[in-house]
Amino acid sequence: MFLEAQTNVLFQLAPWIIAFPLIGMIINIVFGQRLGERFVGAVASSAVGLAFVVAILQFVALQADSHGAHIPVAEWIAIGKLDASWTVRIDTLSATMMLMVTGVSTLIHIYAIGYMHEDVRLQGDPGRFTRFFVFFNLFVAAMMILVSADNYLMMFVGWEGVGLCSYLLIGFWYDRGEGGIANAVAGKKAFIANRVGDFGFLVAMFLMFTGAGSLQFDQAFTWAAGAGPEQAGLITAIALFLLLGATGKSAQIPLYVWLPDAMAGPTPVSALIHAATMVTAGIYMIARSAVLFGAAAGASQLVALIGAATALFAATIAVGQFDIKKVLAYSTISQLGFMLAAVGISAQVAGMFHLVTHAFFKALLFLSAGSVILGVEHGLHHQDGDHAGFNPNDMREMGGLRKRMKVTFAVYLTGALALAGIPPLAGFFSKDEILAEASHLFPLVYILLTLAAFLTAFYMGRQIFMVFFGKPRSSAAEHAHENPPLITMPLIGLAILAAIGGGLNLPGLHSLAGWLEHTLGHTHILEFNFQVAGISTALALLAIGLAWLLYGRKPMEKGAEDPLKRILGPVFSGIANKWWIDELYGVLFIRPYTALSTWLAEVVDWKFWHDWVHDSVIAKGFRGLTAWLSMDVDLKVIDAIADGIARLTGALSERMSALQTGYVRSYALSMFVGMVLLLSYILFV
Amino acid sequence: MNIPMEAVLALSGVLFVLGVLGVLIRRNAIVVFMSIELMLNAANLVFISFARTITPAEIGLSGQVMVFFIIAVAAAEVAVGLALIVTIFKAKKSIDVDQIHSLHG
Amino acid sequence: MNVDMFLFLTLAIVAVISAVSMIVSRNAIYSALFLVLNFITVAAIYLLLNAAFIAMVQITVYAGAIMVLFLFVIMLLGAEHVEDDPRLPWQKPVSLILGAIVLAEMAYILFFRAGQLLPVMQDVEAGFGSPRSIGLVLFDSYTLPFEITSILLLAAMVGSILLVRDDRKEEK
Repeated sequence: MFLEAQTNVLFQLAPWIIAFPLIGMIINIVFGQRLGERFVGAVASSAVGLAFVVAILQFVALQADSHGAHIPVAEWIAIGKLDASWTVRIDTLSATMMLMVTGVSTLIHIYAIGYMHEDVRLQGDPGRFTRFFVFFNLFVAAMMILVSADNYLMMFVGWEGVGLCSYLLIGFWYDRGEGGIANAVAGKKAFIANRVGDFGFLVAMFLMFTGAGSLQFDQAFTWAAGAGPEQAGLITAIALFLLLGATGKSAQIPLYVWLPDAMAGPTPVSALIHAATMVTAGIYMIARSAVLFGAAAGASQLVALIGAATALFAATIAVGQFDIKKVLAYSTISQLGFMLAAVGISAQVAGMFHLVTHAFFKALLFLSAGSVILGVEHGLHHQDGDHAGFNPNDMREMGGLRKRMKVTFAVYLTGALALAGIPPLAGFFSKDEILAEASHLFPLVYILLTLAAFLTAFYMGRQIFMVFFGKPRSSAAEHAHENPPLITMPLIGLAILAAIGGGLNLPGLHSLAGWLEHTLGHTHILEFNFQVAGISTALALLAIGLAWLLYGRKPMEKGAEDPLKRILGPVFSGIANKWWIDELYGVLFIRPYTALSTWLAEVVDWKFWHDWVHDSVIAKGFRGLTAWLSMDVDLKVIDAIADGIARLTGALSERMSALQTGYVRSYALSMFVGMVLLLSYILFV
Repeated sequence: MNIPMEAVLALSGVLFVLGVLGVLIRRNAIVVFMSIELMLNAANLVFISFARTITPAEIGLSGQVMVFFIIAVAAAEVAVGLALIVTIFKAKKSIDVDQIHSLHG
Repeated sequence: MNVDMFLFLTLAIVAVISAVSMIVSRNAIYSALFLVLNFITVAAIYLLLNAAFIAMVQITVYAGAIMVLFLFVIMLLGAEHVEDDPRLPWQKPVSLILGAIVLAEMAYILFFRAGQLLPVMQDVEAGFGSPRSIGLVLFDSYTLPFEITSILLLAAMVGSILLVRDDRKEEK
């Protein structure tokens, strides 16, 4: 009884997980500029920290009552059959997301205080510090709305919210970048690609409402589960459109193109939004809609195939990138493909497991990359060399940073090994679980994912050797130094998580599986498959060995070509150019669309509408009409009438004034005349 | 006294018309005024004659009482009118009614 | 034709002639005197019509006071002869024509419509028209008009005095 009351109270606290970041944002908006960087950073980080505390409390409450709770916050839409109210849903799945997002967010917020302090000074606009944290808090609030939603419409609100914040933060340095607009263009690209996905999400919602009559999760899932064969088409359509939404948000084929460009944003943004949280929203959404996908078998298979294909595709591109963040970006796309494949083959637990561990080590990698970039930029400013044209992100300008940035190297290595799937780090367990499930359920997917895993290990090894080993290839790298603890401490925290994260769902214990089972229903638990594990570990080690052969044994010299280029030849230029997908999209979609819109704007709008219709037809017609009215009607007719009346009156009065002779006698005569007339009238008429 | 009504009325009418003609034709302001008195006289005659036609004497005498009042009012009117003529004479140095035509249009 | 009628006709002719003379006469004093004659004859006609008191009032007030006033003013202003003026040439002919028309219409009424219009003269008692009988009616039914008339006369007095007052005296 006591425990129940306790849990109830704890559940009631759930809406604060959204409120705290919002309050932090508002405080920073109102007071931030005046009270300085320390204040802003502290407020923003504490807001998210408090949200993390609330998430922990939810976790505790769920331990006692694993069914969770629905906490109503506000009435929103209640029209006819549609009843979309804002209800916070706490169950094990949403709690997992809440914990991961708020936890990682807190660490990244703390990191961002130090990072942005340096960044705004390097870019020359210290006043923008507050803005960053306002957007950052808003993002966390929107993400919380997304994961705590009880119906698809509320989830969509959060979905759009994180999309907005992503746009705002990618284009944070909106007036920098190539040509002064490149960052803004990247933000726009992200927004538009996401929009295509949102279209899919919206259509899915419409269809779902048509079929189920409700957008609320439980009601929709009940309908889907109990639907007969005649509804199968509808359910498949819903699932496919949801998949479209997920490919937009989680950067899968065909809508992944925005994520590499999104690296234009500051590194904390890449770490939080484009590695750990926003991009996982699509995975979460599909995991949540497990019942729907379960009822649409064909769609599920498509999900898995797209995930696997993306995983391999992105991994190939990552091999040929020279920008340190771009490698990580394509790596993220690839890993998201892993997660999507997992939920596609109904291994939601594996997918969520990988989602959480990936958040740890990908955030770690991004933040460490940020640390590397900062170190290099410091090195750039210390030596008075030529600043122009130097790209601090370019790995070809780095090298030998192992000795100069020891902490960063250590944590980066941890993250890289975790990503590569080396036991006993977190990535090994989560990735292996996916591979094991795939080998069991969908062999084609298993093959694709294994190849992708091989390439993952290879490009991470390549990156490590290029950045940290060998001799510095530029004077900036030579003068680089380690960053202050405000930056390195969160890195260490994340590294620890990346190392021990595997404990979440250790084979044998399967804690996460049991935890998620409360929400997702029966999750079949696989035994630890030594064969799969062995193959993947061996391949990973092989890949790292290859990388050492190419990049470690004979480190790259300054200005030298990538050794892979010699080996692969034209294939290398393919992967370095991202397989020309952006160019393809440009030709297929962007150019015709731009041409169409230009045509519409210039010909239809300007020439036809403005010039012809407005100017020639309407304006000229109007002018003609008014000219006619003013000249012919007003001047000739109306003035004539008015003047005529005036003249007539004048003439009449002139004649009439002749009556006023002034002579009394004539007046008397007229009176007499009147009298005579009257008399005659009375007498004779 | 049997005088037929028609005769009295005929006389009265003739006197009235003569009075009107005097007003219209003569230009001497005083003569005009006198013509007006003539007209009033003619009206008095009519009143007196009609006083004879109503039988209850009290009502019949109203006609004569009317004449009484008319004479009184005429006296007042003559006083004021002549005062006016004197004033105008002081301004215009003439009693020709045709000289007073400043209010012409 | 009885005596009354004969008397009446004589008086009527005199009245008309004196009226015409008044209008026609060039001398204002002659006009005034002719008017006096006219008033006297009309007073006589009043007597014929049993209006004795009124006849006396006529002579006293009209012929006695009003005409005297007229004569005073004529002599004061030196009423001169006025020439014919071409300013209103139509006035005289039109007036004469209209006068003739009116006379004709009156004749028409009297001769052709008399039966519908005119009541008949009644017999009257002895004291009809005497001061006593007039006084009885005047002060009984017509008290208010009587009093108002006195005020009217007062107003006329004040008015005429005001009108002829010297403007120079006002400025002092």
